[in-house]
Amino acid sequence: MTEAERAAQELSPKMGRMGAEDPSKVPPSAPQAEPPKQKKPALRIQGVRKSYGQVVAVAGVDLVVDEGEFFTLLGPSGSGKTTLLRLIAGFERPDVGRIELGGRDVTNLPPYARDTNTVFQDYALFPHMSVAQNIGYGLRIKGAPRQVRERRVQRALEMVRLGGLGHRRPNQLSGGQRQRVALARAVINEPEVLLLDEPLGALDLKLRQEMQIELKQIQKEVGITFVYVTHDQEEALTMSDRMAVMSNGQIEQIGPPVEVYEQPATEFVAGFIGISNVLLRDGVRFVIRPEKIRMLAAGEQAEPGMTVERGQVEEVIYIGVSTRYLVRLDRGEQLVAVRQNMDALGDAQKFEGRPVRLAWTPDQTYVLGQREVKEAR
Amino acid sequence: MSSVETVRRPRPKGGGAAGAQSLFWRVSWLRPLVLLTPPVGWFVVIYLAALVTLLITAFWTIDPFTTQIVQSWNLDNFRIIITDSTYWSIIGRTVGIATLVTATDAVLAFPFAYFMARVATRRVQTLLFAAVLLPLWASYLARVYAWILILNHSGVLNWSLQSIGLPPANIGYTNTAMWLVFSYIWLPFMIIPVYAALERVPESLMEASADLGARRWQTLRDVVLPLAAPGVVAGSIFTFSLTLGDYITPILVGGASSTFIGNVVYANVGIANNIPFAAALSMVPLGIMAVYLFIAYRLGAFEAL
Ligand SMILES: Nc1ncnc2c1ncn2[C@@H]1O[C@H](COP(=O)(O)OP(=O)(O)O)[C@@H](O)[C@H]1O
Ligand SMILES: [Mg+2]
Repeated sequence: MTEAERAAQELSPKMGRMGAEDPSKVPPSAPQAEPPKQKKPALRIQGVRKSYGQVVAVAGVDLVVDEGEFFTLLGPSGSGKTTLLRLIAGFERPDVGRIELGGRDVTNLPPYARDTNTVFQDYALFPHMSVAQNIGYGLRIKGAPRQVRERRVQRALEMVRLGGLGHRRPNQLSGGQRQRVALARAVINEPEVLLLDEPLGALDLKLRQEMQIELKQIQKEVGITFVYVTHDQEEALTMSDRMAVMSNGQIEQIGPPVEVYEQPATEFVAGFIGISNVLLRDGVRFVIRPEKIRMLAAGEQAEPGMTVERGQVEEVIYIGVSTRYLVRLDRGEQLVAVRQNMDALGDAQKFEGRPVRLAWTPDQTYVLGQREVKEAR
Repeated sequence: MSSVETVRRPRPKGGGAAGAQSLFWRVSWLRPLVLLTPPVGWFVVIYLAALVTLLITAFWTIDPFTTQIVQSWNLDNFRIIITDSTYWSIIGRTVGIATLVTATDAVLAFPFAYFMARVATRRVQTLLFAAVLLPLWASYLARVYAWILILNHSGVLNWSLQSIGLPPANIGYTNTAMWLVFSYIWLPFMIIPVYAALERVPESLMEASADLGARRWQTLRDVVLPLAAPGVVAGSIFTFSLTLGDYITPILVGGASSTFIGNVVYANVGIANNIPFAAALSMVPLGIMAVYLFIAYRLGAFEAL
């Protein structure tokens, strides 16, 4: 049994019992005999569209999220992330398309009949209930006996490090604490899919970074599928197993963070995630990330196979761990190059206004145009 | 009284509006003072002074022969009220019907206000608002008389019952009639605060409730009702106190055993000319309202007004 399974079992007495029976039922040799277990999708969205009058909020989305996955919807404000989440939760009905949860068609089911729970952006905690009552509300509705409820609420409170605050009212908590209550209130129900709409959006930077790590840990522990909405690319990159980049109600690219970052499928993705330099050479548009560009010292030879271009440093921006150089190429475009601050203090500033040579390996560039290919099909 | 002096405080002269503006700007407490003095002064003089006079008068008596007020402090009036069971039954009836009217209005107002606040379109909402508020423009007396025409022995109600072959209901000039008329007349005072409270329940809380598995009625019970409760309490302050202090409806639609506290007070002021006793009896609804308001305050009703 893995660490994650043990932790999930902690939270769920139901799962715990099943786990305890497992060893006696399954002979030791069984795993080899069985074919490798196919992960069943927790969520499947097919051809979903939703418009509000003239505004098309979600313009045809197909998506499969696996069981236990941390899946992020990333996109700028107005790209349809919230609408997509509300469609999954059941607060909205799609104009066309189909939504499946755990293999079951839920397209026309109301929210209370769906095995999803939501962490709302404004938390939506019940102001007239205590923290413990808020967290236990889902179990109460399901008719869980008081003792079971109290025990699990206690455990959920400890999971989000709010032990001892169960009797408080939501308005007696800080923003970060409210956020945890909202999370506990959703997680305790062990939904098939947990939906989070910019849950850290209202927190300040420091707290947000702490909560990012904590959220990810909790997700691993309980093993619930997360669909996480954010407009913060760094958040998406650090937390997700896979992510979808959205723009204008459509998904531009789906993949693991590394793939989306290193191999952006469209210019939009390249521009939205990280700093990217888009160049057009010999009729090919490609992306080169700032950290993949070498600034050659005077007289330094480029390694064989590298592309070298000349330019002039227009600006030097010091950002702590690294320095960012804005370079105007002789061929016209502006590139951003990044170097770690390993040089002597203040050396970086001396580059300003100087001619430099930039070099990169063609392998580390990524050619744009997959979108056009996709559309041509 | 100092507040009267501040009303007469000389206004800044010469500079006109601009001068007054700059003076207000320089002396930051002056503007609130000038703005607040008339209403606060009015309140103190007219309202509290009248109440204090009432309170003092309650401890006086009248000479039974000359019917002149005797200004000697004593508790005779209160002793009479407490020892005479007639007054107890009148107080009990008044409070009982006021409670019944309040409960009736709460039950009627809630679904109506819910529909107005959360279901109706803007247009329908405006129409309903007008429908609720319009009767308040009509005279109280006219509305009570309209009910007399309905509940009368040969009124609209019995006529309708008869035409569908049912026996007549003789509820004209009874406590039932009072209950109906009071409930009708004060209903708008319940609907408006309940509407205001329901309007303020955030949509996201209802979604959160549904998201956690609650059906509509469960959301209503666990989220909407508790959050709208202060509005109901606020409305009940109106319906309860307005019924408690009324003496016209009992005269017009009540029967032989429909006397309210207000009727006794009225009789003592107008007929018996025993103003000290009337004052003492008025202390009863005043005391009841004070207790009621305190409880309402503890229930958070004033945040919903
Ligand atoms: N209830 C609504 N009524 C009308 N337009 C809406 C509604 N909800 C969302 N929209 C529109 O749909 C688009 C997508 O919105 P949303 O899903 O909230 O985007 P995001 O969460 O990515 O910021 C926006 O243009 C928004 O104005
Ligand atoms: Mg949004």
